[in-house]
Amino acid sequence: MENTDYWKANLRLMFILLCIWFLVSFGFGILLVDWLNQFQFFGFKLGFWWAQQGSIYVFVVLIFVYARLMKKIDRQHGVSDEDDI
Amino acid sequence: MDAQTLTYIFVFLSFALYIGIAIWSRAGSTEEFYVAGGGVHPIANGMATAADWMSAASFISMAGIIAFMGYDGTVYLMGWTGGYVILALLLAPYLRKFGEFTVPDFIGTRYYSSGARIVAVASLIVISFTYIAGQMRGVGIVFSQFLDIPIFWGVIVGMAIVFMYAVLGGMKGITYTQVAQYCVLIFAYLVPAIFISMLMTGVPIPQLGLGAEVIDGSGLSVLAKLDATLVDLGFTPYTDGSKSTIDVFAITMALMIGTAGLPHVIVRFFTVPKVSDARMSAGYALLFIAILYTTAPAVGAFARLNFVETVHDTSYTEVADWFKSWEDIGLIGWQDKNGDGKIQYHPGAPFEGKPTFRGRASDGSRQVTNASTDSDNEVYVDRDIMVLANPEIAALPAWVIALVAAGGLAAALSTAAGLLLVISASVSHDLFKKTFARGLSDKQELRLARISAAVAVVIAGYYGIYPFGFVAQVVAFAFGLAAASLFPAILLGIFDKRMNKEGAIAGMVVGLSFTATYIYFFKLGSPELNTPDNWLFGISPEGIGMIGAIVNFTVALIVSRLTADVPDSVRALVNDIRIPKGVERPHTH
Repeated sequence: MENTDYWKANLRLMFILLCIWFLVSFGFGILLVDWLNQFQFFGFKLGFWWAQQGSIYVFVVLIFVYARLMKKIDRQHGVSDEDDI
Repeated sequence: MDAQTLTYIFVFLSFALYIGIAIWSRAGSTEEFYVAGGGVHPIANGMATAADWMSAASFISMAGIIAFMGYDGTVYLMGWTGGYVILALLLAPYLRKFGEFTVPDFIGTRYYSSGARIVAVASLIVISFTYIAGQMRGVGIVFSQFLDIPIFWGVIVGMAIVFMYAVLGGMKGITYTQVAQYCVLIFAYLVPAIFISMLMTGVPIPQLGLGAEVIDGSGLSVLAKLDATLVDLGFTPYTDGSKSTIDVFAITMALMIGTAGLPHVIVRFFTVPKVSDARMSAGYALLFIAILYTTAPAVGAFARLNFVETVHDTSYTEVADWFKSWEDIGLIGWQDKNGDGKIQYHPGAPFEGKPTFRGRASDGSRQVTNASTDSDNEVYVDRDIMVLANPEIAALPAWVIALVAAGGLAAALSTAAGLLLVISASVSHDLFKKTFARGLSDKQELRLARISAAVAVVIAGYYGIYPFGFVAQVVAFAFGLAAASLFPAILLGIFDKRMNKEGAIAGMVVGLSFTATYIYFFKLGSPELNTPDNWLFGISPEGIGMIGAIVNFTVALIVSRLTADVPDSVRALVNDIRIPKGVERPHTH
């Protein structure tokens, strides 16, 4: 397949971003919440902040980062949809 | 003007706006009816997705649930937002490239099988109907609460409105109406939140107000004060949970992958022009959703603190009017167990079940006839009232209360319309056009889609007026079912070229049956056994969708490796959806 490199680059980016996704939500917000709660952050316990605020902000950023970087990867591998329609 | 007149005006104006948009954007072809012609701008689609997604449950119930659950409410906050990351990275771009009309379309084509298509349609209909009944109920509650119209007529009005723009406008009408509805609902959510944040902390941004100091000279932050107040009354601290870590983990995961597997959400990404637009659009959708979802925990915490301070140890004759007006419709109940004439608020249920009333005591309070419990708590409060009552609790101006009513209606109607559309599309397109009546012309199919949308409106309305007792609970389970059935089939269809129809069907059937049985057993079959000791791995029925999905993946992978390879045409299809180039407008193949 001529697009193997493209697919690998896509999977690599996806894997990195999903690791961050898991870390901030299931990691900071759930598994490590009690340990993080010993720290204060703008009036919040840190673990609680990650669970009810921080993780959601990171989710939004992750999607925009993915959309932007994928556009670049699309272009590098000549599979961009820029000229379609 | 009083709150009621203002509410009439706000609701009437917003309805006129929705109907105007519906007439302006009437659908003329199946392409426009199913996917709005595939030409919606990513930002508009993001707003429409956000309105589609945020239902009566998000708008009305969520902050109330968080108010009473504290940290445990996290499962909804992360669960209902984190799913968009999965959707954007793993599903939406590929499904857009695939370029069909519905989710069963993808499953039926990718797994070259009418059987797979029908299993997908069945899952979709079960998921969407459980969800939609709750929306019509939400419409009914808002009408009866704010406009003094009986729930029956409230639902009829709601049905008529949805009928207008879903049946006439199709996806095109719905999309542009949802953009307007998003603006109404987010404005209606933020205004009272900002007011209350200002009143309590002096900080106008609720997300920051939640961590700021309360203006009462105590020097404590909102959360610290809430923790201290609740501990005094015998509750666990607000910022600590009472669910086990594994259960919080499982529920969050089930809600996330359930979100990514919900057909009415996925289908929104079929409406943008290109693959890159689908990725961006998911980002905008989550951004617009996050505005409400990061405000909700602040609203919840403020509401809880306000509630405790106004109610606890206050004598009934002096308690605020809102307490009495919600008592009048049975969503608050007070049983003066120690006979001191004051309201005491503590952990635990005050009495068995929901309150039933008989007459009034000398102080004017309604007499609750339920058997008391051992708890010191004297107050029953329905969680759903927190957002609706919040402006009254904080004594905000009448127009804010009116605005909240219009916002609640926008949230319920937009979600109901989106769900109706996926139901009608899978009936007319997947069941008739693609399975039982292949010779349908475009025009006949369009008429059939309108008829099935109309039938679905009537059925949904019926369940709004005569709800099953368990509808509210079942809505949350729609996610578990989506997680255990559709999500794995779609994901494997994109990422595993070797996945064949045998594997996918076996996975969906086993995953769905396992999850449905577990939920049925604990929620309806033997509710008395529904305790952590009896749960599988300590996972509650709300979180079992995670295990259901793992079961689905495992069964699908094993069965596919033991049965025939996929046809070459399907391999070519998978290769094609993996690259963005060459995207076409949606069409019937």
